[in-house]
Amino acid sequence: MTWFIDHLGEVWDLGRQHAVLAGLPLLLGLLIALPLGWLARRFRWLYAPFTAGFGLLYTIPSLALFVILPLVTGRGILDPFNVIVAMTLYTVALLVRTVADGLGSVPGAVTNAATAMGYTPGKRFFAVELPLAVPVISAGLRVAAVSNVSIVSVGTVIGVQQLGLFFSDGFNRQFYDPIVVGIVACIVLALLFDAVILVVTRLLTPWLRATGARA
Amino acid sequence: MIVFDGVTKKYPDGTVAVHDLTLEAPTGKITVLVGPSGCGKTTSLRMVNRMIEPSSGTISLDGKDTGRMKASELRRGIGYVIQHAGLFPNRTVLDNVETVPRLVGMGKKETRDRAMQLLEQVGLGADYAKRYPSQLSGGQQQRVGVARALAADPPVMLMDEPFSAVDPVVRDQLQDEFLRLQDDLGKTIIFVTHDIDEAIKMGDQVAVMRVGGYLAQLAEPAYLLAHPVDDFVADFVGRDRGYRGLSFQAAPRLPLASERTITLGESARDVDDDWVLVVDGDNHPLGWVEPRRIDGEVTSERLHRGGTVARASGPLRAVLDAALSSPSRRGVVVDDSGALVGTVRPHEVLTAIEEAERPVVENPDNPGAPAA
Repeated sequence: MTWFIDHLGEVWDLGRQHAVLAGLPLLLGLLIALPLGWLARRFRWLYAPFTAGFGLLYTIPSLALFVILPLVTGRGILDPFNVIVAMTLYTVALLVRTVADGLGSVPGAVTNAATAMGYTPGKRFFAVELPLAVPVISAGLRVAAVSNVSIVSVGTVIGVQQLGLFFSDGFNRQFYDPIVVGIVACIVLALLFDAVILVVTRLLTPWLRATGARA
Repeated sequence: MIVFDGVTKKYPDGTVAVHDLTLEAPTGKITVLVGPSGCGKTTSLRMVNRMIEPSSGTISLDGKDTGRMKASELRRGIGYVIQHAGLFPNRTVLDNVETVPRLVGMGKKETRDRAMQLLEQVGLGADYAKRYPSQLSGGQQQRVGVARALAADPPVMLMDEPFSAVDPVVRDQLQDEFLRLQDDLGKTIIFVTHDIDEAIKMGDQVAVMRVGGYLAQLAEPAYLLAHPVDDFVADFVGRDRGYRGLSFQAAPRLPLASERTITLGESARDVDDDWVLVVDGDNHPLGWVEPRRIDGEVTSERLHRGGTVARASGPLRAVLDAALSSPSRRGVVVDDSGALVGTVRPHEVLTAIEEAERPVVENPDNPGAPAA
């Protein structure tokens, strides 16, 4: 506890960087997964290769990815940009299927009605399909958020600034306080992400809580 | 007017859903497409707003070929109502109704006023405006569906089994209300159903289709019942068609007998008859009682309510049914306000039916052929 209080500033700094490294890719990944998921839905033959193919990205060991990516991006091995790219890939891996299935969960009668009202496909996507897919997409996003928070800590191996550094520090010194603090901080961060996603989802889906008054 | 001219829909696998359909849906009228599943009725409907593209032939709307119009623009000018209403679950009732006016860029205030007025018209007050579809019953959702289809005041409406998913009582109510609405609005409507009774009730003209997408017969409902073109149509139109045909014949002047009545709460003791009609204070019939089996006052529980009541200005079918269903065999006839006018016996109704005119066969060589 004293160790924690003594290193509060450091925990805060690394925590913030951890949040950026895990959170920014969450948004980028979602933005990339939306059109990919839409394509997988729009063209039936793309569904299997897209969901399986992008899903496979998730099986690439993070350690390997962190080491290989600097060669691909041409940035220095310590550049957080590499971590952002890697985490975005993992997010996309998890979300393409989620987005496709979320869009698939929209009742056919509703999309049909939207088309018949005179929505162009683009307008229909944003006005009808995407809002209705929010609950499913949000569920996938919560999984991706937790996964990102956990995987980012592997960045320790290549020395990227984030909460995982407490683990290596603790292991090197056979001193458990930083490890415990690092784990707790990761859990708190994951819970925070989860809470944010939940709140945003609630704000976007007022109709799901409209109950009763059926008369 | 909606005109199908030699319209065929053939799928890549060779199935023909609609076969060389030529049909006119006249302006301001309801044209019903009816037939068993697989007859192509829904496909035909959905080709009008190009949810499905015809393989050949043209569909025109007031003389304009729909194939040459931009699909989204075309659809904004056509109201569309489907079976489970297909409301947007994420939008309130009001937002649902405002969908098309917003798409066509109608002003905010105008949109709002129109939507509220439409909700009123379909029997949903302002209380419902802020609710979500999940908070409504099936019948209410369907009303919203109708309001949404009417919101931009399209001249044309397509209705695909709009009342099939609600229970029979609500369905009947929705049908009646919609017909009243249509009396005011005079939309050009194509209405799809698999239910011949609904077809006959809703249609100004009825197109019976057969599996494979063939138009079997196109006629006014009374004509269809009287002169089905072939065994398929006869079979599809079903039993009791003689009886159902009476729905389209207004009752002539019937020899109504005046009826001795008592009001609820009175004693029936001094009535010298097997049955006596009980009315309320406004002379509205309530039911029959058997005076001999009642001591003291006539209470509501003692009423036989089996007899139906016919309006004097209504169709012969209702009058005959009133006579047949009455425990006293005297059919109760009321005026438009529901007050008793008199009673009529079954044989008198049958005489009236014999004297009534039937739809004249237009072409004796082919009695079911559509009028040229």
